[in-house]
Amino acid sequence: MSLSHLRSIEAEAIHILRETAAQFAKPVLLYSIGKDSSVLLHLARKAFYPGLIPFPLLHIDTTYEYPEMIEFRDSFTREIGAQLLVYTNDAAIADGANPYSLGTSKCCGLLRTKAVVDGLKHYGFDAALGGARRDEEKSRAKERVFSFRDSNGHWDPKNQRPELWNIYNGRVDKGESIRVFPLSNWTEFDIWAYIELENISLVPLYFAKERPVLERGGTLIPYESNVRLLPGEEPKMVKIRMRSLGCTPCSGAIRSDADTVTKIIEELFVFRRSERENRVIDHDQDGSMELKKREGYF
Amino acid sequence: MATAIMPLPLTHFTQNTSERTLLRFSTAGSVDDGKSTLIGRLLVETKGAFDDQIEAVRSSKVNRSGRELDFSLLTDGLTAEREQGITIDVAYRYFSTPKRKFIVADTPGHEQYTRNMATGASTADVAVILIDARKGVLEQSRRHAYISALLGIRHLAIAINKMDLVDFSPAVYDAIVAEFTALSPHLRGANIHFIPLSALDGDNVVARSERTPWYHGPTLLEFLENVEVTPAASQAFRFPVQLVIRPHLDFRGFAGQIATGRVRVGDRVTILPSARTSRIERIVTFDGDLEEAIAPMSVTLVLADEVDVSRGNQIVHTGWESTVTREFAAMTVWMSAEPLVIGHTYLLRHGPHQVQARVVNIDHRVDVANYAPLSVDTLQINDIARVRVETAQPLHGDLYQNNRFTGAFILVDPLSNLTLAAGMIEEMASARRTGGAREQFRSGPVTLAERITAHGHRPAWIHHSNPAAAIQLERRLFERGVHVLRTDTALPELLEAGCIVISQAKLEGHTHSALTLREVDETMQELETRGVITPQDVQDQGEGI
Repeated sequence: MSLSHLRSIEAEAIHILRETAAQFAKPVLLYSIGKDSSVLLHLARKAFYPGLIPFPLLHIDTTYEYPEMIEFRDSFTREIGAQLLVYTNDAAIADGANPYSLGTSKCCGLLRTKAVVDGLKHYGFDAALGGARRDEEKSRAKERVFSFRDSNGHWDPKNQRPELWNIYNGRVDKGESIRVFPLSNWTEFDIWAYIELENISLVPLYFAKERPVLERGGTLIPYESNVRLLPGEEPKMVKIRMRSLGCTPCSGAIRSDADTVTKIIEELFVFRRSERENRVIDHDQDGSMELKKREGYF
Repeated sequence: MATAIMPLPLTHFTQNTSERTLLRFSTAGSVDDGKSTLIGRLLVETKGAFDDQIEAVRSSKVNRSGRELDFSLLTDGLTAEREQGITIDVAYRYFSTPKRKFIVADTPGHEQYTRNMATGASTADVAVILIDARKGVLEQSRRHAYISALLGIRHLAIAINKMDLVDFSPAVYDAIVAEFTALSPHLRGANIHFIPLSALDGDNVVARSERTPWYHGPTLLEFLENVEVTPAASQAFRFPVQLVIRPHLDFRGFAGQIATGRVRVGDRVTILPSARTSRIERIVTFDGDLEEAIAPMSVTLVLADEVDVSRGNQIVHTGWESTVTREFAAMTVWMSAEPLVIGHTYLLRHGPHQVQARVVNIDHRVDVANYAPLSVDTLQINDIARVRVETAQPLHGDLYQNNRFTGAFILVDPLSNLTLAAGMIEEMASARRTGGAREQFRSGPVTLAERITAHGHRPAWIHHSNPAAAIQLERRLFERGVHVLRTDTALPELLEAGCIVISQAKLEGHTHSALTLREVDETMQELETRGVITPQDVQDQGEGI
């Protein structure tokens, strides 16, 4: 008798979550509100049942995120009794950081990369759980499950700790930390299949609906209150959904009729386009994700 | 020419996904043997690569394949690798078919990456070993085969690649089969399967080739889909405890992942190393209680009796205990630029269990190119050797050949925190000879558990190479009310009596006092995290999370 592959990777993720709780003095779960984070949060509830999740959730709020995401974040975390912390790079926001004048690369650097590093330092967390998967992007394929960060929050891809079997080395000195990726071995398809299997609640943006959108260089940007109109732009109504969530000006939507998880799974195998394609930041420059990661981007 | 398989019906994915099983395999190879091309082709032909990724490859300026599409570009990840045209680290890839989901540990083949090869092999069920048909069995193939077998892989798929460049000659194939088969005495009884193929053209990768009419075996994908892997659930029950879950006074459960075997409510179990026994009362999960659970499920076990269980202990079926010992022989792969120091105290991680350990002898090093034993007095990065290990506290282990989870360990440097080595237990001294835990902890009218309760701490043996630290540590522990003493010989009786015993190296040289303080702090912290002594600020909160 063997477990199905979804139950095998579920068991592996729970093992990793429990190792994190046991090995670190002050772990945290980086909660982005997206589908992968939602799966991670669900697994964390399973890992410590009948206890509550023994560490807080930290949301890095860029202030450019969809209002629907924030509503979902607040109601869902309250419902499951999780402790939620929110951190924003207030200094950069006060200086007027935005993707229009800075470009997506610099804006992300300040509002995500720097905010993650500063946020972790601010609270003194020694481990940060994230929902990143190895199939998302080439440089992620080589990242460890327990991924070491030096005291500046930097990742050195050429000098990673060997990681064998299911033995994870989480030892760090003061100021250093470990990023932990329990969903390393999951694919986008696994995520959706598991969401369906477990009936996990998601932000409504993942499901197709008629929304006002702007078309920018082939990318569909949902027109939200915090998206700035460029000269000559006019929003139009299109039935769309998001494949991955980010900030409103920088994450593209796709035309879709998929308004249920089952339909999304069907659509995934027709579309066959990788989810990050609609993220503007990944294509900024060749190897751009690796550069961001070295600097601490999740 | 091979053709791509038909896309699967959607209903198949939406309805049967949860029925698929998982197979992990490793590959290794260098720049020219076509490994990246092979993996790239598997991804594309099983739809494991997305259309936009394939499009990016198609439009890339680089194309080393001489064909329409350079499949190898799909898998070359880090910037440095793309520039150098090599794979420098273990990369994990994913694809699936209706039968199985595959996790590929893609590793570099060069000697300096032996450790990466071992890392990739540690979780794999199958190794795909590439051989260039024009070149035959090279040193690199021998190294990969040896490491795969050493790490416990039971099935080696020998992909004889570039058959298109030798006109699909059965004579070439037969010669390589004979050459490789001669290596089998060194491969620990692994099953060896040979497949002639061309990764570049696709012959026998996914679809059968018309150019090898003399070959009647499966294609590589057929092999991977059908190879029978012994399920972990069929082995003896081993449950390493990760955490004690105690949300309120009425619940005390032991959380962990079943490493091997299966467990049912009512089973009689023994807790190692204490050798106390109890019965499984409940198998708890978020989805509800279970009557039975199998490896590799993550569950929480509730026992019928109030027995002392903490992180690092192991729950096993009574009568099927693993060996409790402080001495064993192991094969190790040295993974750090920091060489092995014989007699130095390292941290040994064995699942969630951590003990202090010393390598006391190197029996021999293995030259992985020709499998010859060498006599050496230290180990450098990428060396493989048989060593003898002694631990400060008892370890409850199995032989690696019997159990890939409870027979494996890593060594960690307590100062730099780096992972130094991976180890596979080959031979264990019996508990009786070494005065192991089972005998010790059962003796006397007063049990160890009673002493632990009375003393408020657990017994431990600490070895310090820095005598100044040993002295300070004794003082610090004494002030915390611990029954502690320093001695040159670690008498098991002292541990039975529940004491913390500190042994020290002979005085030599001068140690900086700042370093000493740090060592003492670290040892204190180590004792707290391992539950030997209770942290001062949480003394009244009890155990659990």
